[in-house]
Amino acid sequence: MSETDSIIFDTAQRIFEDLSTAEVINAAEDGQWPDELWQAIEEAGLALTWIPEVNGGVGASLMDGFAVIKAAGAAALPVPLAESLLAGWLLAKAGLEVGTDPMTIVLPEQAGDLVWNGERLSGTVSAVPHARSVRRLVVVVNGEGGQVLVVDPAQTRIESKRNLAGEPWDTVTFDGVEPLEQARLPADTDLDRARAAAALMRCVQAAGALGTALELTIQYAMERVQFGRPIAKFQALQHSVAAFAGEVAAINAAADAAAEAMARNNAVDGEAWIEIAAAKTRLEEAVNEGAAVAHQVHGAMGFTYEHRLHHLTRRLWAWRDEYGSDVYWSRILGQEVLNWGADQLWPRITAVSDPR
Amino acid sequence: MSASRFRFPHVEMPEVAVQLRAEVREFLAEERASGGFVPMADCWASAMSPEYSRKVGQRGWLGMTWDKQYGGHGRSFLERYVVTEEMLAAGAPVMAHWIADRQSGPQIIKNAQPHVRDQIIPRIVAGDCFCAIGMSEPNTGSDLASVSTKAEKVEGGWRVNGTKLWSTGAHGCDYMITLLRTAPPDAKARHEGLSQFIIDLKSPGVQIRGIADIGGQVHFNETQFEDVFVPDDYVLGEVGQGWQMVVGELALERSGPERFLSSFIVLQEAMRVLVTNPSDKTREVLGQLVAKIKTLRRMSLGIAGLLEEGSSPEMEAALVKDVATRFEREMLEKLRSILPAHILAASNGLLPTLLREGILRVPSSTLRGGTNEVLKGMIARQLGMR
Repeated sequence: MSETDSIIFDTAQRIFEDLSTAEVINAAEDGQWPDELWQAIEEAGLALTWIPEVNGGVGASLMDGFAVIKAAGAAALPVPLAESLLAGWLLAKAGLEVGTDPMTIVLPEQAGDLVWNGERLSGTVSAVPHARSVRRLVVVVNGEGGQVLVVDPAQTRIESKRNLAGEPWDTVTFDGVEPLEQARLPADTDLDRARAAAALMRCVQAAGALGTALELTIQYAMERVQFGRPIAKFQALQHSVAAFAGEVAAINAAADAAAEAMARNNAVDGEAWIEIAAAKTRLEEAVNEGAAVAHQVHGAMGFTYEHRLHHLTRRLWAWRDEYGSDVYWSRILGQEVLNWGADQLWPRITAVSDPR
Repeated sequence: MSASRFRFPHVEMPEVAVQLRAEVREFLAEERASGGFVPMADCWASAMSPEYSRKVGQRGWLGMTWDKQYGGHGRSFLERYVVTEEMLAAGAPVMAHWIADRQSGPQIIKNAQPHVRDQIIPRIVAGDCFCAIGMSEPNTGSDLASVSTKAEKVEGGWRVNGTKLWSTGAHGCDYMITLLRTAPPDAKARHEGLSQFIIDLKSPGVQIRGIADIGGQVHFNETQFEDVFVPDDYVLGEVGQGWQMVVGELALERSGPERFLSSFIVLQEAMRVLVTNPSDKTREVLGQLVAKIKTLRRMSLGIAGLLEEGSSPEMEAALVKDVATRFEREMLEKLRSILPAHILAASNGLLPTLLREGILRVPSSTLRGGTNEVLKGMIARQLGMR
């Protein structure tokens, strides 16, 4: 990372540490928008990390943006920063201006869920993160390639729903809405690729969140005394936590590999597609094993709403399924592997490290 | 991107390594086509072929990273990584030279007397001299500090008595790098009083007895030493520094590609069957396995990259070994779940043979080089829990 870049990351970490506290996260789950947190994010320009300077952004690298997203996941950030980054990236790709207001992405699971006739947008999309709290909805539809539409949420009907982490996960209905802005995406981006980028965003957030869950677990095991000694001294527990550490290491490696692949050509190209499929597939076991150990070590204490562990584990359980579960992505990757065939399997695996 | 306790940086292979990869692939394809080898599961610990190892040596692919002044090839860790991963992926019979090339050679270069080094290293590089590890013992297992085979000082050298166990390939090796007790055990300082020796396995008093594994194959051994004389100049490093040396040696061997690729060939050969009428379950399993292999390779290669830079990421290396060796078992079991019954129950053919061998070898993955339980204890220590 260059000097400027690490400033972005350090700033993000400092803001998240100060302002994404357990109280703020709980209040957000109760429907209270964390104004102070978003203002700090806005003032630091974090939501503009991925926007080129000509479009009014910071012009930092894609990897710096991913570092911010990982830190956001590590802090269980209760605001749509990752979504705003991805929305901004899509807008910049389409050559549109980006502001500092919170935004979210509307990426229908089925392309047919939305109808865009060139002037007006109709249809219903469920599972939209934070729709109720943002100023702009960034919608991707297919048709003459990918199109980006910027919609004012006030022009839509929003039904408040939640994912299993209690994060806003709303249903949005567009009744022939005229978008505020509209532009065509370049040939390297369409709805499927935008959804893949969103899947990657979740992997990177999860890598951060699982890392925090591990740290909390180690810390708790050192502090909690049972049978006359800290429970960290019991071998059975040491072995569980060591396996957990392996999962944290693995998902960080997988998420980093996918993020780098997307950063290489600033697009979800064929290689990034494979890396994202691999990372989202790998995420399931990391979350499943890691969250299980985190809760087992924390005992009944970690099972209470009062303890902050659930801010992480519930998000992990939600994120592994969002924008394609491991079953969905493993089938995609499996089909790619079948297309390679036996003799190309190994060459395709090594191609990742060999310059093209 | 940082913000993580563990670091596995992306490695981009230098152009020279990519060219090398092409050469190695060509060599392997020719060898396999001409019957130079039949692919084997768990090839680095079960497929011994001195002829093959000599050919590898002739190609300049042994002792690759060792300094030219000692007879090595002065190439990078990444180039060596390419050669080793290509051979593993092909299921090539690399066992004869594996230990010498991976850990004994570096140990000898670093710690042996110059004339001993000059006598052994060029032969290892030529694929003419193989080494075994003499660490464990009948009552030692993974608790290396408890070794009791002892070396007593005598005129001009040392007299060795005791038994070493589980030395992979010792029956085909020239030397054993042996951890011996040179001072009586001290319960308060368990890691002291140990020294490493280079023992010529042709010395009088050395008896090697092959031990059949559960598949009936002899890959490891019991080596008995009865009044074996080892000259003074065959001590490695300082007397009493054996523990430190062994710890460093083990750290070096933990994260290599052999921890997750030892039976990769089984997956590759299974693919020939699986491409026909694949079910969604087949897609899912292949997706999961390839996702894991890609992740493990990123981790393992990331460590090689850090070693190249001169860091020693011990924590990461230990994590790779634990995650990777558990994957080796999972891979074969998952493959079983999607392969047709007639393949699983077949008595001959390349794939059924590979599968059978692989399954019979798999318990060893999480034992060799120290059990995963011991490894997890070390990880816990590094996490600050012990």
